[in-house]
Amino acid sequence: METSELKRSKDSVNSYESARRSSFPDEVLERVLFLLKSHRDRSSVSLVCKDWYNAERWSRTHVFIGNCYSVSPEIVARRFPRIRSVTLKGKPRFSDFNLVPENWGADIHAWLVVFAAKFPFLEELRLKRMAISDESLEFLAVSFPNFKALSLLSCDGFSTNGLAAIATHCKNLIELDIQENGIDDIGGSWLSCFPESFTTLEVLNFANLTSDINFDTLEKLVGRCKSMRVLKLNRSVSLEQLQRLLVNAPRLAELGTGLFSQELTIREYEELESALSHCKNMHTLSGLWDAKGIYLPALYLACTHLTFLNLSYAALQSVEVAKLLAHCPRLKRLWVLDTVEDKGLEAVGLNCPLLEELRVFPADPFDDEIVHGVTDAGFVAVSFGCPRLHYVLYFCSQMTNAAVATIVQNCPDFTHFRLCIMNPGQPDYLTNEPMDEAFGAVCVLSGCPKLRKLEIRDCPFGNAALLSGLEKYESMRSLWMSACNVTMNGCRLLAREMPWLNVEVMKEDGSDDSQADKVYVYRSIAGPRRDSPPSVLTL
Amino acid sequence: MSTPLEHDYIGLTETSSMERSSEKISSSSSSSSIPSIEDKTSKTANDTCLNLKETELRLGLPGSQSPERKLSLFGKDLETNDNKSNGFAGSSPLKNLVSGAKRGFSDAIDGSNGKWVFAMNCKSEVELAKGAVLASPRGGLDSKTNSQQAKTSVSVMKEVVGVPQSPKPVQDKNNLVPPVNEHASAPASKAQVVGWPPIRSFRKNNMASNLTKNSDEGAGCLYVKVSMDGAPYLRKVDLKTYNNYMEFSSALEKMFSCFTIGQCNSNGLPARDGLSESRLMDLLHGSEYVLTYEDKDGDWMLVGDVPWEMFTDSCRRLRIMKGSEAIGLAPRAMEKCKNQN
Repeated sequence: METSELKRSKDSVNSYESARRSSFPDEVLERVLFLLKSHRDRSSVSLVCKDWYNAERWSRTHVFIGNCYSVSPEIVARRFPRIRSVTLKGKPRFSDFNLVPENWGADIHAWLVVFAAKFPFLEELRLKRMAISDESLEFLAVSFPNFKALSLLSCDGFSTNGLAAIATHCKNLIELDIQENGIDDIGGSWLSCFPESFTTLEVLNFANLTSDINFDTLEKLVGRCKSMRVLKLNRSVSLEQLQRLLVNAPRLAELGTGLFSQELTIREYEELESALSHCKNMHTLSGLWDAKGIYLPALYLACTHLTFLNLSYAALQSVEVAKLLAHCPRLKRLWVLDTVEDKGLEAVGLNCPLLEELRVFPADPFDDEIVHGVTDAGFVAVSFGCPRLHYVLYFCSQMTNAAVATIVQNCPDFTHFRLCIMNPGQPDYLTNEPMDEAFGAVCVLSGCPKLRKLEIRDCPFGNAALLSGLEKYESMRSLWMSACNVTMNGCRLLAREMPWLNVEVMKEDGSDDSQADKVYVYRSIAGPRRDSPPSVLTL
Repeated sequence: MSTPLEHDYIGLTETSSMERSSEKISSSSSSSSIPSIEDKTSKTANDTCLNLKETELRLGLPGSQSPERKLSLFGKDLETNDNKSNGFAGSSPLKNLVSGAKRGFSDAIDGSNGKWVFAMNCKSEVELAKGAVLASPRGGLDSKTNSQQAKTSVSVMKEVVGVPQSPKPVQDKNNLVPPVNEHASAPASKAQVVGWPPIRSFRKNNMASNLTKNSDEGAGCLYVKVSMDGAPYLRKVDLKTYNNYMEFSSALEKMFSCFTIGQCNSNGLPARDGLSESRLMDLLHGSEYVLTYEDKDGDWMLVGDVPWEMFTDSCRRLRIMKGSEAIGLAPRAMEKCKNQN
């Protein structure tokens, strides 16, 4: 639905105030708005007038909360009485890199308690960087009889026992998506907690769990869940076992293999190849742990319609990956290790014209004795072949200003540009100048009206920088500054000037009292939070 | 990132490409002659109530005596750090480095998710910081295991982190920040050791077990890298060409003698000099060095505790470590095997 159309309707509606109520009942409006899925559109709708605001809130079934402290569960429940699906994000992103204290907060339990009271028909919960305990998972499993989908990414505080509770109690579960988390992996017995009568599972992702699971149980589960479309296995599943699973699930759209290296006989290899070739619907392929080059050809026929290929757990060489990519013409997202080197990236540019996202991870970031990996040349090669590229995470050993300028010129649609030069502090290795020009090419230094998140690490920006963005911060989700030159006084000033912002400072032991080591600033209508640990000060 | 190469053992400073970024290290002094290393050791010994005899570690062959490990002391150090709410190693490691207190190797938490990680600041020219170990708990991801589980085995995951001077992750389009090469003061360098490189822990853990360089393993070859603290570059050895620890260790001695004695020809080959070799033996068998290896699980173990075949099977790479740094590296290889079987 176009928001411009809605606004036009608003004008005509307002001029026929009383007539409107009988000719366009709220129920109809709600029915129409129910079809509106985009959050931005919904936000616009809610601003039209009071009736539209009400119709929108009654028709909304999914709420996305980008910062769990920006609002309270009570406020959410009051505004949106019919929520069935919640997405919540908690800790600041740098908690992924251990820059946030362990007990920082973002505990889901208080939310679950409110949801159990107000949204008993809750079906979906997707959490990112939240703290969740086994008790909370059990509470979740027993409190919501219609619960269908659980997705956890970068969360911590729970163990596989929590998963067992979900498997045991959620009779209508469709999705169990356990991504990279700080999970205490006690064992694989949780998988056996799905009852024999259970057949509804469509999405099962346990790729990032390390314990062995009972393959027999898994095979039976996959066999009876006929609608399964996403299956991501962990390392403990062998190639031979993979083949047996695939025979029962050719309709898989997303496959994460287990270990992709094993001594196979010719016949076993052919069976595997055959099973994979029958997966005509596959658009996402991942796993491939320790993949050996000799077995990659088994994948060729399955790659025809592939849009996302994740090779970041397979240390492949350039020649191997080049041959594989020749079979992936429709690729939009590619994750690789830097073992593919610049030559491998050239192959990306040559074979994948539709590529939009590229992530190159370091295979051995702590091994600095031998120079290897990718350089500016690889990135430039990709940019020439992939004009639609807009999201890149690139760990490399060297970069130049000129290369970045070329890349940005070749790919004008960049939205995410994450460059990590593994030898920090390195200037442009050709000109020996700092990399400032590169950032001028990528960013607009003044402006960025759509700025939503700003994260600054280890840069000599101080209070002036912090305070210069005063007006901006309320329209942003959050600001993070760590290891900069910001002081406590600067933060206090910010907190004083902007009452709708929570200004939190994380102090490190032994540091100067006046320094604000880590600053996390975010807008909130819930006021300062009450659950911060002693190391976090709210100003 | 870093190469462990500040000095040779006569005290001459090697210049390196890292040097221009090493001005970041505050209070650095570039003198690092052997006497000062001993100073450090004795100062450490005094501070931590160990006598020198106990810190004496040797290139151990099977059957040779190894000194008792005083793990409890360091375990205790780290327990107190555990209670600190930072996702970072408690009190300022740089301060501790200057005062000579050493963080040893912690007892590890069982299970693949709970390894203590510590960063080795090999790049530093601070003599007391040289090779000192920062223990940093793995942050919020393992809060449960960290505090609860009994410490049963020593398993240690080492990250060699050259102090990253302003690391330059350019965040997405929204990043207004141009990188600047001037560096903030010491507190910033402290923060840089934690959280670098910006990779999620799951991926970091996977790398530790994925260190087999497949291209090096042909039929009958088992190349592993051997690095030596202070040596300007590392070597590769084919473990399959040796039949036992004796052969292996003498081959290593030949390979690395030139670095320790500081007498190399221009092409880096060891000088043939009877005096040098015997001095090397003194160094290697004295308190100076110990040979360690990283096994399949990413743990660093002392070489010589397990049968040779078991060693070649599980060895991923080797490091000739200064004896003073290897305190706390327990020869628990056999125990570990028992636990796993």
